[in-house]
Amino acid sequence: MTNSTTYQQPNAQGYYGKFGGAYIPEMLHRNVEELRSKYLDIIYDPAFQQEFRNLLRDYAGRPTPLYHAQRLSQQYGTTIYLKREDLCHTGAHKVNNTIGQILLAQRLGKKRIIAETGAGQHGVATATVCALKGVECIVYMGEKDIERQAPNVARMKMLGATVIPATSGSKTLKDATNEAIRDWINNPVDTHYIIGSVVGPHPYPDMVARFQSVISEEIRWQLKEKTGSELPTHVLACVGGGSNAAGAFYHFLEEPTVQLVAVEAAGHGVHSGLSAATTQLGKPGVLHGSKSLVMQTEDGQVVEPHSISAGLDYPGIGPLHAHLFDSGRGAFLSATDEEALQAAFNLAKQEGIIPALESSHALASLEYLNPVKAKRSEEAIPANAMITKDSVVVVCLSGRGDKDMATYMKAMEMK
Amino acid sequence: MNRISDLFQRKKNNILNVYCTAGYPQLNSTLPVMKALQDSGVDMIELGMPYSDPLADGPVIQASSSKALANGMTIATLFEQLRGFRQQIHVPVILMGYMNPVLQYGFEKFCQHAADVPVDGLILPDLPEYEYENEYGAIIQRYGLKFIFLVTPETSEERIRRLDSLSTGFLYAVSSSSTTGKDKDMHAVNSYLQRLQDLQLKNPVLVGFGIKDKATFRQACEHANGAIIGTAFIKALENTPDVEGATKKFITDIKN
Repeated sequence: MTNSTTYQQPNAQGYYGKFGGAYIPEMLHRNVEELRSKYLDIIYDPAFQQEFRNLLRDYAGRPTPLYHAQRLSQQYGTTIYLKREDLCHTGAHKVNNTIGQILLAQRLGKKRIIAETGAGQHGVATATVCALKGVECIVYMGEKDIERQAPNVARMKMLGATVIPATSGSKTLKDATNEAIRDWINNPVDTHYIIGSVVGPHPYPDMVARFQSVISEEIRWQLKEKTGSELPTHVLACVGGGSNAAGAFYHFLEEPTVQLVAVEAAGHGVHSGLSAATTQLGKPGVLHGSKSLVMQTEDGQVVEPHSISAGLDYPGIGPLHAHLFDSGRGAFLSATDEEALQAAFNLAKQEGIIPALESSHALASLEYLNPVKAKRSEEAIPANAMITKDSVVVVCLSGRGDKDMATYMKAMEMK
Repeated sequence: MNRISDLFQRKKNNILNVYCTAGYPQLNSTLPVMKALQDSGVDMIELGMPYSDPLADGPVIQASSSKALANGMTIATLFEQLRGFRQQIHVPVILMGYMNPVLQYGFEKFCQHAADVPVDGLILPDLPEYEYENEYGAIIQRYGLKFIFLVTPETSEERIRRLDSLSTGFLYAVSSSSTTGKDKDMHAVNSYLQRLQDLQLKNPVLVGFGIKDKATFRQACEHANGAIIGTAFIKALENTPDVEGATKKFITDIKN
């Protein structure tokens, strides 16, 4: 197996180090090969770039602000900037990718869009761009998630999408992904599958990372305007599949002075049996078309993870992140359900921003990394991931908390 | 000689390959079902190793996999069950499954144990030809196992020839680009199979996906060496207390 030459760029077969590839049945070969052979030419075509950039600006509301969070900085004794992806149209970074993929699908001549969704954020972002372009949209969602996420189901329906319950297996995100892949197998000609994260067979992880890379592209010039330097000392992001982290890390991957900190969901605790901390608990395996780290039993059956945040509740992780973990380029921490909740309430009070539960995991890691009163962590934290008073920390605030109000209300009642 | 090659030497037409899920409907059904299939005159058995996330399979086979997993089936248990099975089962047996459980078991150890039992070949639909050539094919061949590639109506002629050159044993023609257990337009299937036949491939061709009864079996056999039945057979085993009887009735209905 050949190594990728850079962290950004997988090799020709889609490998980041040991992870990636395209482990797909022959029934998907034509679709995936069509995408692989065309995606770079299409997305770097000047007309595509112009349409993509215009939509990001005028429709999604980019650039999103890079906000110097002064009270949070004071609390943790350092300098913290929040990348405000929560201010994107539809409430999270997911729309960066769905805009890119709908334009790509149109150029591939596809008439029908399918997607999987867990909490419903990617489903809403997909239904949104399908409405924008007048394309049929089918979203697969686990039966259990449909019950848990009624407002997002209603949003998708209002946007004209058909929501199909995934009733197989554990009836959550991984099963919704299986059902979407099956739909693609059964509709090999007219359908494009908009995967929502940096997972799936090559070229999806690379393609989604490129669409999300606008996040770190903006951080660089925005930080330069504010501090005189393009490079922060730390970039913090939560990781489920890992799309917002891939976007926030992308233009810093080859900058060794920038510490990349990925925060996974530890659920009730990494070793509680109810966790989604894939790098801590997973082993190399194949899930949804690529080789990566996968939470599984000794017999290689994929296990159902747990997180309070549906967006991080996934038993795998994108191959880029598995490589960042394996190579030591990234520091992988975790935050529990309770810590994420505390971080959400803290940000609301300190800065007047109600974050998504996913993003709250990234914020929670500040409790371990800060120079003032750092907590002890279950994982060993690499020394250079620790923050000092001179650090410049960018936290990717990937989404807003409107969708999590039911959880937040419950947490307030219990206090 | 490998039982698969031997079968295709002896028989050129109407080869009936039936899929069953190991550990379904009961954990210990594996051998009784295989024995009943053989006794009913099935030419070859495709034995499915259950997986939690079987991408290429439809809901019926996935449900049988979930049941088998709930029954406690694992690869290790399957090899236990198959120990000594050649005293009773003489037809070729192919293990079908997905990469992840096989990787966890240990790919080489898996091939070694499969060859020891012995089964005759492997179908791993999510092992693509690049990985096969680069890493896994040599191991499979070292243990004398056949490896069967799939082709679909969307597979280009160039690619069919390439997969045919890599495939050993036979070529598995998926009747349309789909998961298992969907009804197919048999007219389109016929012209696709005719195309395959005209390519004069090195391997025999068995048709799978959408073959469910005597009529569809006959039709598939007109343009191929035989066919594979999966979903319809799994359905026949659902809710039956008598797997031997249900198996015999199902196969008899197809063959006569």
